[in-house]
Order: sequence, then structure tokens, then C-alpha cells
Amino acid sequence: MAPIDNLPLVLSGVSYRVGDLTLLDEVSLTIKAGAPTAILGPNGAGKSSLLNIAMGLMQPTSGAISWGGRSDPAPLRRAMVFQSPVMLRRSVRGNILFALEQAGVARAERETRLQGLLARVGLVGLADRPARRLSGGERKRVALARALARDPDLLLLDEPTADLDPAATRALEEIIAGAAASGVKILMVSHDAAQVRRLAGEVHFLVKGRLYESAPTAKFFSDKASPLAQSFLRGDLITET
Amino acid sequence: MAAGTSAWQLIITGDPTLYAIVFLSLKVSLTAVLIAGLFGLPLGALIAFTSFPGRGALVVLINAFMGLPPVVVGLCVYLALSRSGPLGAMGLLFTPTAMIIAQAILITPIIAALARQTIEDLWSEYRNEMLAMGVSRLRCLTALLYDARVSLFTALLAGFGRAAAEVGAVMIVGGNIEGFTRTMTTAIALETSKGDMAMAMGLGLMLIAIVIAINASTWILSSITKSRMG
Repeated sequence: MAPIDNLPLVLSGVSYRVGDLTLLDEVSLTIKAGAPTAILGPNGAGKSSLLNIAMGLMQPTSGAISWGGRSDPAPLRRAMVFQSPVMLRRSVRGNILFALEQAGVARAERETRLQGLLARVGLVGLADRPARRLSGGERKRVALARALARDPDLLLLDEPTADLDPAATRALEEIIAGAAASGVKILMVSHDAAQVRRLAGEVHFLVKGRLYESAPTAKFFSDKASPLAQSFLRGDLITET
Repeated sequence: MAAGTSAWQLIITGDPTLYAIVFLSLKVSLTAVLIAGLFGLPLGALIAFTSFPGRGALVVLINAFMGLPPVVVGLCVYLALSRSGPLGAMGLLFTPTAMIIAQAILITPIIAALARQTIEDLWSEYRNEMLAMGVSRLRCLTALLYDARVSLFTALLAGFGRAAAEVGAVMIVGGNIEGFTRTMTTAIALETSKGDMAMAMGLGLMLIAIVIAINASTWILSSITKSRMG
């Protein structure tokens, strides 16, 4: 597969509006290679819209976006895991093989890659199970395996552990950290500050569609963060900005 | 009671007249389903998967045609195939081919409408994942058809049920000619009017048994697929 660089991902003055509702308001940020980047914010901040635009699934109402300096590359080595991933009506094996096929992996190599991905996400024993009958955490792992099948240089994760129990959350976070350690750039959205602190290297803080702060994780979680961010981290309900 | 016993005897002893009628009925209805499937499934998939001006009107029209009156279809096919009709020169009127045409026209909207709904529902589920995986539209379509195969088979089955139980259209375009175009439904109507209740009941039992057997097979297939694929 020809190397395709999706980085840096650059959003310049990106807005997204639906009727009178502004979901994203002039957001500008640059995502470079390195440790995972988190988009943090309360529910309704516009995080998922931002991620969909970053993936190229939604077009911004105004502003510009580019991947590796280009404005319209095919998403060959870009992958996304949705908050509630949909499993194809196939086995775990069938789901991952489909993703491998779409990633352009040669037929002869697919079985080897499949076994590697199953091992990577801890689903070796469940390969022949119907994917739709798995638990929420297992489905997320299948979705991660499908995403990793694309051998992505940019992996977008929408609330990767929402609704999962602590054990499943830990397992998912280990897979994500492993992917990041192997060189995959992770861009994740989350409303879980503790998870962002555990996984991310930098944080962009989004509230009501506006980017309020961008900082390295250590700084963001220190007393140097903005008052609004500190309020969010204290657990206050942010209703006015 | 006596008619019932005689009906069973006709079935058990393999009465050649009864089985010839059953065989012809199956041949006509299964061929009609095959043809209707070849047109109806792609048509349903196309409507589900594309947007074009007039799509809503086409959906309403196809849904409405699910309830096409068989005698009206029979009349239209009769007019088309009669000597003075546009296809009269083909000499198809009062042949099994005419009955296949009538049944195929009758059930194509059923198969198309059910296929459209099935594929549209699955596409609304799959859409974002497929787009995120960069799947081509053609590959999306083949994946949808594959993953919806059990539901689509059920659509074909619904078409078969309608075709096998239909009497008006095949009566008009087939003529109910003994040994040539006499099907189970037209034979039942005729034998009942003649008072030969044994033959009528024997054919009725065979018709019900065929419909139950096909539905049972589909249910088993569906159960196996669901247990394996979810």
C-alpha cells in the first residue's frame, strides 16, 4: 500500500451549522503526529461533529480542513470508531475480513492479518461468534480491529469507552495505548476527564461548539488551566459561557 | 368425510392427474418467482440505495401495486397476448408461459417493495460505517444484499405464496386447459364446481403442504443464519 500521510490534520475556522443551530463555531486547530490528542468537553459541545468533519464524513458549513496538506484525499489510512459502532450481520471474523478487503489487503494475506488483529484486540476465542451478539466492550474491540485493519496513520475515536464497565474500559484503553505506541496518531473525543488524563498527550477543550483551550495534558490538568476548564474539571455543570 | 379419505388416497397412491397439476403449478409459480426476483430485487435495491426525482412517487406506486388485483393483471396480460394485442403474434395466450408472465407481473411489486424496505433499513444502519471504511457504492450494495439475504429470501417467499395461491390471473390467461394449463388453484375451483370434492381437497391439501414446507424451510434457514451471523 502506498504511504498516505493524513497528518498534520488542520482545521481552519471550521464552523458547522444546522439551521439556526451552531454546532461548531470557528474552530481552528492542528493535529500533529505524536501522543494521543483528546477533544474534551461536556455533552453537546460539538465533539462528535468535529470528529465526523475530521474524518471527512461531514462537510463544514464554512472554514477549511486539510489532511497532510491536501483538502480531499481518499480516507485510505484514516479510520474511525463510532460511539455506538454498528456490527455487520456477520461473525467477528467476517466483520474484520470485510474491513481488510476494503483496506485493499491482498486475499492471500487476509487470514494472517486477521489473526494478528484478533490477537491485538483480544478476541481470538470469539472469532466465529456473531458480532451482533457480543457485549458492548467486545463490539468496541471488533470496531477497533476493523479500524486497525486499515493500517491507519490517523485513528479517530468517538467516546471510545462510553457505557463500558471498568474492566472493559481498561482493556480498551490498553489497546488504544498500544496503537498509539505503535505510531498510530489517535484523535479521540471524550467527556471523561479522567480518561483523557490517562491517555492523551494534549487536550483541546470544547464547549458549545467553541474551542476554549488547547494545552498539553499536564498543563491542562494543573491550576494553570482557564477558569472554564477548571470549572469543568471540578465537575460543575457548564450551562453558560 | 368420505371425500377427505378419497383425497388422502389420491395423494398417497400418487394419482398421476393430481401430481401433474401440482408439478405444473410449481413450475409456473417458481419460474414466475425467479423472473420477478431478477427484476424485483435489483429494482428494490436501486430505489433503496439511490435518490432521484420522483423516488417517493415510485415507492408509493410500488407499494400500491403490492395489492394488484389478479383479475386485472390477468385482463391486461390477456389483452396484450390476444391475437389483436401487441404481443398476439407470439401465440402465448393459453399457455403456461402466459401464466408465468401474469404471475411475474403480479409479484414483482411485492418482491421489489419488500426488498426496498429491507435494504433501506439496513443501509441506514450501515451507512456511516461503510463511508468510514471507504467502501465503494457497488461494494456497499453487494454487502447489503449479502447481509440481508435471509430477509430477501423471505421476500421471494412472499412472492411465491402470492403466486401459488392466485387463481384469477392464471384462469384468464391460461384457460384452465386440462393437462396443459390447469394449476392447483384453477383445478380446485373447477373440481369444486363439478362436485369432485376428493380431487379438490387433495389439491388443497397439497397446496397447503407446499406452502407450509417452504415456510418451514425458510424459518429453519433464517434461524441457522441468525444463530451464526446475528
